[in-house]
Formats: sequence, C-alpha cells, structure tokens
Amino acid sequence: MNITEKILAKASNQKTVSPKEIVEANVDAVMVNDLTGPLAVDSFRKIGAKKVWDPSKIAIVLDHLAPASSEKAAELHKILRKFAEEQGIPGLYDVGEGVCHQVMVEKGYVKPGALIVGADSHTCTYGAFGAFSTGIGSTEAAAVFATGKIWLRVPETIRIDVVGLFHSYVTPKDLILHIIGHIGADGAIYKSIEFTGSAVRRMSVEGRMTLCNMVVEMGAKNGIIEPDETAIKYLRLESAEMVKSDPDAHYEKVLEIDVSSLEPQVACPHSVDNVKPVSDVSDVEIDQAFIGSCTNGRIEDLRLAAQILRGKNVKKGVRLLIIPASRMVYLQALREGLIETLMEAGAVVCNPTCGPCLGGHLGLLAEDEVCISSSNRNFIGRMGSVKAKIYLASPATVAASAVTGKITDPRMLEA
Amino acid sequence: MIISGKAVKFSDNVDTDVIIPSKYLVLLDPNELARHAMEGLDPGFYEKARRGVILAAGKNFGCGSSREQAPIALKYAGVKCVIAESFARIFYRNAINIGLPVIECENVSGRIADGDELMVDLENGFVKNLTKNATFQATKLPPFIMQILKDGGLIENLRRRLGVK
Ligand code: SF4
Repeated sequence: MNITEKILAKASNQKTVSPKEIVEANVDAVMVNDLTGPLAVDSFRKIGAKKVWDPSKIAIVLDHLAPASSEKAAELHKILRKFAEEQGIPGLYDVGEGVCHQVMVEKGYVKPGALIVGADSHTCTYGAFGAFSTGIGSTEAAAVFATGKIWLRVPETIRIDVVGLFHSYVTPKDLILHIIGHIGADGAIYKSIEFTGSAVRRMSVEGRMTLCNMVVEMGAKNGIIEPDETAIKYLRLESAEMVKSDPDAHYEKVLEIDVSSLEPQVACPHSVDNVKPVSDVSDVEIDQAFIGSCTNGRIEDLRLAAQILRGKNVKKGVRLLIIPASRMVYLQALREGLIETLMEAGAVVCNPTCGPCLGGHLGLLAEDEVCISSSNRNFIGRMGSVKAKIYLASPATVAASAVTGKITDPRMLEA
Repeated sequence: MIISGKAVKFSDNVDTDVIIPSKYLVLLDPNELARHAMEGLDPGFYEKARRGVILAAGKNFGCGSSREQAPIALKYAGVKCVIAESFARIFYRNAINIGLPVIECENVSGRIADGDELMVDLENGFVKNLTKNATFQATKLPPFIMQILKDGGLIENLRRRLGVK
C-alpha cells in the first residue's frame, strides 16, 4: 500500500484497503472556520446531538473575516465563541491567530499518520507532514462533531517524482503551478497526489505545504509527502509514526518532473490551470500585489519578498499588501526585521487573516483592476469585482512585480 | 427517485465562487442565499430557476471552496438535481449531505441543450432527454448514498441512525 492507503486502512481498523473502496474512518482532528463553522453549528443542533464526541479534537479558527469586517461577520464569530464555550472546546483560535491551515499546524493538530478533515477546501495542506487530510462541508463537519467518524472513498494515487535543483527565485509555488497547468483543473478529481523525489526531500516544510495546499486546484482529495526529519523538526515532535509507502505500492500513474529547467510560472485569469511561464505575461500592468494566504504567507515567503524589496520601492500607483499567515509568522518576521524592510519599501502590512484571498476584506478589487497574488485561486469575482483580473504567482514574482508595476520575472530584477 | 424538469445549461469548471460569491457567505438564511445563486455567471438565474429546473453542466462542476452554501443556494433557488460530466468532490459530498441529488453522466455538453425537458432516474442511473427522445446511462449512486438522499440529507439520516426523536 502507499502512504494514503496505509493511513486510511489504519483509521478504519482494516489490514488493507484498495482504491475505490469506501471506508468509515475515525477522525483524529476536525477544523471549521468562521465561514463554514456557523453552518456546522446549525447542522449539529439539527442532528440533535447534545455533546461533541471529543472537544480536544475540534479546532475552530476565526480567520476569514477577522477582525469582523461587518456586523454579520461579528455575529458569525459570536456563534462560534458561544459554541466553543458551551461544548468545552479548548481549541478556539480567535481573531488574530491566523489562517486556519497555518494555525492547525502550529497548534499541534497535525501529525504524521493522522487523519484530519476540515470544513475548508485547502485542508489538504497537512499532507506536507505525512498526514491524510481533506476538505469537507459544514454538515459533514457537524456529523464528525457528533460521531468522530466519516466515510471516505479510497482514492487512486498519482505519484509525482520531483528531481533537480531549483534556480534561485524559482520556488515550490512555481512547481505546483506548472503541475496544475499540466494536469488540468479536473485532472485529479477524487485522487490522491503523492510527492516524492530528491527535490521534495530537500524542500523546506513551507514549500511542501505550498505543494500540498494547491492539489485541490486539480480536484485532488489529498496531497501527501512521506514524513522525514525536516517535518518532525518543524512540528517539534519527540517521536512520530513515520508511515511510508511500501516499495511495491500501487500508483495509477507516475510522473517525473525535473525542476532544473523550470522558470517562474503564472496562472492567468480566470482559472488556476491557465498557467504560462512568466516571460509570456511580463508587461501585464498591475494595480495590486498580494503576498499572503495559506499558500504563501509563511516566514520563508516573507523573507523572499523582503530580499527582493530591500532598498527598493513599490511602484507608485501600485498597492502591495502583505498578510502574514499567522501571529507566529508575524512575530518571527518582526524579529527578523522583515516587516520594517517591507514597510520601508511601501508595503501595507495587515493582521493575520485570509483577507483579500477570498474577497472578504482588506483589499478588494474594482472593475478592470489587475492583481498579482501569491494565493491559490483566480476565479471570476474571487477578490472583488467580477470584472477584475487575478494572476497567481510565487511571492518572489509578486514582490518583483510590485516594484516594476508589471508582471516581472524576479530574476530580471536582480540582474 | 425520479426527478423531471427543464435543463439550465452551464459549461466546464463552474466554481463555487460563481455559484455563490463569498460576499454572501455571511448570510445564514438559505432563501437569501438562493437569490444570489449563480450570480457570478448569470444574474438572471434565480428568476429562471424558481419554477424548478435541472442544472446540466460539463466537467468539474462545483470546483473551488468547501462552502456548503453553494449547493444550498442552488437547492433553495429551485434546482432539483445537478447532472454533470464530473463533480468536484467536496461539492458532490455537500450536495448529497444537504439533500440535493447529483448524478454523473458522460457528454452532457453534447446531449443536453438549454431548455430540454429531462427526466432523471437516480436509483437506476439514467437520464432521459424527452425533448430529443434519447436515454443516457449515468453513474448509479451506491445504496448508502441513495439512502442519505431519500432521508432528505445527512442530518435526517444521522437523526435516524442515532435514534434521535
Ligand atoms: S487564505 Fe484563502 S485559500 Fe487559504 S483558507 Fe483563507 S480564504 Fe481559503
């Protein structure tokens, strides 16, 4: 069995499982956020259960509209705080803690071999640590609150072996955009994607999270990477279950990618699989640049942005918005002097939140405006007006573009 | 379960941000959500759907976020069933869980036109296009999923299973 199959077998108390089989699995942790949680609370009440199955395994993160962007948003937060109190759930992460997927990792819900579900599509991020994690809806989250169980179809797995060395200023984000462009927005529906290979082993945890975060943009159920020392260290675990794929594990398909020849990639409007090398879209003028989100709002991303922006200025007429993914990331960036560098360059730094990533608040787009963003979706209307255009790229490309006012290869700026 | 109605057609990769834009996710009343269903692609959709329609789409219907508000908005707007060539998995689960029937059928784009009269047989897994007088095979739903739909969604299904009165 491969790693995904092993985790699903264990969670459903079976010796083996195979693709297409439907299993009932025990859940190790479940997460809801401020947009999906209130509906889950409502469903939980309608189910008629009185007590949640295990308060310590439930995380509630107020992140999408934080601090409350409207009275209605404030009401949603209130519902969740009340529910956490009533049910004795210690894991309520209030305004300011950060984006749910970063918080889940930082607060210790994610461990190798665990089965985690969350009412947010990018729950697949935790595969970076060798966990099986996937997104579900609010009512299903309520069902997990009540029973601690969920049905899952065992997915077929595509293995992607990544080899070679990245050029400087070419990042895991460029790699995952390239892969999505190749596989397509519906190319991996219901499937698992396992990333292997020397380039993945060398990759930081931040980079691995970016890879797994975006597998849902190809329709995948989960993305996963075998745990190793790098992952364990990041989680500060003394010991962990180092679940690995068997040497004879079955894969539906195996792809190999050499990143040595990869150039920065950009996903063009209005779909994430409309991917082009940056050289094809340079000269597209931008109004806004955004670095943040659960895809690329981590310390490594802010370091990269600061490295590019140090001693430079954001082009007049362009807004550069920086949103650290969590309080911890923000604090670390402060300690390293990155926030100062970014602000001196002219960036606007906001509190940890999803912000404009989903068009919630803090930087929506007007008609015909163009934004380059380090987030994960560029759908019509995602960041405000249905007539705005969103390009997705790495934090390096976003930072470089903020300096020139046009989509820019970060390697050009350096020269 | 047999469902019939007129087809309203959409293409591939219809994402949840156009099904229900995120600015409406603060709304808790399903009927209010319904007024904005598909607003991103067709602002006149709500009026069209109110008499009860079957939504027919291409590949990867419902891709994007996990928002359950997407199938809820469709259901309360008047969508009785969604037929697509394939579904994004979270949308698929959400639709079943809130009691909106979904069914996979090949080549929807070639076989169904906007306004065609359709009949869907969920148990036996076929779609009849009455306007074109043709019947197509569709994917049969496993019995336990059929049961969730018959119960009216996961909440009712769980209430029954947990023995809540
Ligand atoms: S940062 Fe964006 S993609 Fe990530 S959880 Fe928030 S809204 Fe979703």
